[in-house]
Amino acid sequence: MLLIACPWCGPRDETEYHYGGQAHVPYPEKPAELDDRQWAEYVFYRDNPKGPFAERWMHAHGCRRWFNALRDTATYEVLATYRLDEPRPDPAAPAAGGER
Amino acid sequence: MTAEPLPEHPDFLWRTPEPRSSYDVVIVGAGGHGLATAYYLAKNHGITNVAVLEKGWLAGGNMARNTTIIRSNYLLDESAGIYEHALKLWERLPEELDYDFLFSQRGVLNLAHTLQDVREGVRRANANRLNGVDAEWLEPDEVAKVCPILNVSPHTRYPVLGGTFQPRAGIAKHDHVAWALARRADEMGVDLIQGCEVTGFLKDGDRVVGVETNLGRIHAGRVGLAAAGHSSVLAERAGVRLPVQSHPLQALVSELHEPVHPTVVMSNHVHVYVSQAHKGELVMGAGVDTYNGYGQRGSFHVIEHQMAAAVELFPVFARAHVLRTWGGIVDVTPDASPIIGATPVENLYVNCGWGTGGFKATPAAGWTLAHTIATGEPHPLNAPFALERFTTGALIDEHGAAAVAH
Ligand SMILES: Cc1cc2nc3c(=O)[nH]c(=O)nc-3n(C[C@H](O)[C@H](O)[C@H](O)COP(=O)(O)OP(=O)(O)OC[C@H]3O[C@@H](n4cnc5c(N)ncnc54)[C@H](O)[C@@H]3O)c2cc1C
Ligand SMILES: [Zn+2]
Repeated sequence: MLLIACPWCGPRDETEYHYGGQAHVPYPEKPAELDDRQWAEYVFYRDNPKGPFAERWMHAHGCRRWFNALRDTATYEVLATYRLDEPRPDPAAPAAGGER
Repeated sequence: MTAEPLPEHPDFLWRTPEPRSSYDVVIVGAGGHGLATAYYLAKNHGITNVAVLEKGWLAGGNMARNTTIIRSNYLLDESAGIYEHALKLWERLPEELDYDFLFSQRGVLNLAHTLQDVREGVRRANANRLNGVDAEWLEPDEVAKVCPILNVSPHTRYPVLGGTFQPRAGIAKHDHVAWALARRADEMGVDLIQGCEVTGFLKDGDRVVGVETNLGRIHAGRVGLAAAGHSSVLAERAGVRLPVQSHPLQALVSELHEPVHPTVVMSNHVHVYVSQAHKGELVMGAGVDTYNGYGQRGSFHVIEHQMAAAVELFPVFARAHVLRTWGGIVDVTPDASPIIGATPVENLYVNCGWGTGGFKATPAAGWTLAHTIATGEPHPLNAPFALERFTTGALIDEHGAAAVAH
C-alpha cells in the first residue's frame, strides 16, 4: 500500500485517494485548429514511463482536493507531492519538493 | 470433476541457438502471443526464418502469471469475432500440437448482483448467441446447480440475481501452452532466443530494418512487438507512441484442496474471479491497481477486497489459506480493447493493449499478427483493432461490455 502525503492533510494511506492519471496535460490553446491526430493525442495518448512520473491524485476520503505527485512507477516511491499551482519538482535536485 | 495428473515435462522442447545476424521476421517477446505468432508464421505462411527474442526466460512474463481463464462471451461484434476464433483454435490445439495442456472446458459463470447487471447479462447472452457464441442466462437456482458451493441466498450483501453461463469456456495450463507452441515453432525452424533484450531499433528513414539487443544487432525484414506490459516502453524506442497505460494486476492461490469448485466464477460487481486448478489450488484474481506501475506487485487492499467478496460468495473458502500472491504488468487501452496491426513505422507491427484478458486470445493474437506480418495487410478479425481507431474515433468500447470492470 502506498503512503501518499496530501499537501494539505499530510501522509495518508493509498485507499483514501483517487487516481487521476498523468499531470500537466493542458487543454489545447486553440482547439478549433486541431486536426484529428492532435485531438487523439490530447484525448487518448498519455505518457507511460518506467521511472519518475508526474500524476494527479485526489484526496477523496479527506479534503477532496486534487494535487500532483511525482512517483517512480518502477519502485512505487512517492518522490514529491505538490499543489496544482506549483511547478513539477526536479527529482534530481537535493531538496525535491522543498519549494512547497 | 476429478483431479487429473499433470502431463510430464518433456526433457527437451527447443534448441538454444545463438542469434543469427539477420532474419525475415523478428518477434520481440516470448510470451504466449509472441510464440503463437511465430508458430502461425511458420504453419500458415511458411515463414520460418524467424527469431523470437525474449529478455528473460521463455513465457516468464504474464504468460506465467495469469489466472488462465478462457472465454469468448464478449458483447461487441469485433470482440466476439476475435475471442471466438481463439476459442475454436483452443479446441483443436492440444491435438494439433500433440501436447495435453489440460484445456478444460468447465464453463464460466459471470454473476449478476444488481438490476443493471441482470440487464447487461441478458443482453450479452443474446448478443453472444447472435454471434454464434454459446451463452445462456441462468436464474439463481440454475446458477446453484452449475456451482453448488456458491451462496445464492438472498441474504448476502450483494445477492446473486442470476448470471450468464458459457459452457465452452474454461481454463488451461498456461506454461504448458507456451511450451507446446515453442516446441512446434522450434521444430519448424524458428529460433527462440532467451536472455536477449531489445534495447533499440535499426531504422532506414521511416522503415525498421532490425533491432539492437544486448547480444548485438539483428537485422530483420519485419519486426513484431508482443511485449505485453512493456509495449509502450519498447515502442517509444522506435519513435512510436502507443495509447496504453501499464498497471499492476495481481492474483493469488490457496493451498491445495479436494476438487470442490466445478466451473469458473467471475463477479464484476463484487470483483473477484475464482477457479480451481487441476492440482487443487483455488486461483483468484481481481481488479488492477488504479495507478501506473511496473513493479510486478499490487496493493494489499485489493487482495482484502477480493477475499471479502470470495468468502461471502463461497462460505466454504472461509478457512482456506493463501499460499502465494504475485503480480504482473498489463497494458490497458482507453477502450479496453487490444491493438494489433501496423504502426507509423514501416515494417514494424504491434500486438498490445490486451490488458487483463489476453491469455484467452493467445492463438487468435498469434494467428492475426502472423497474417498481418506475412501479408502486410490486416486479417478481417484484427482490422477493427488497428491503432488508427484512436484517431478515427471508431473505438471498440468493451468497458462495461467485456464482463469485467477493467
Ligand atoms: C495476474 C494476471 C491475471 C490474468 N488473468 C487472465 C485470465 O484469467 N485470462 C486471460 O485471458 N488473461 C489474463 N491475464 C492477461 C494475460 O496474461 C495477458 O494479456 C497476456 O499474457 C499477454 O500476452 P503475452 O502472453 O505475450 O505476454 P507476456 O507473457 O507478458 O509476454 C511478453 C514478453 O515480452 C518480454 N519483453 C518485454 N520487453 C522486452 C524487450 N525489450 N526485449 C525482449 N523481450 C521483452 C517479456 O519479458 C515477456 O516475456 C492476466 C494477467 C495477469 C497479470
Ligand atoms: Zn487532503
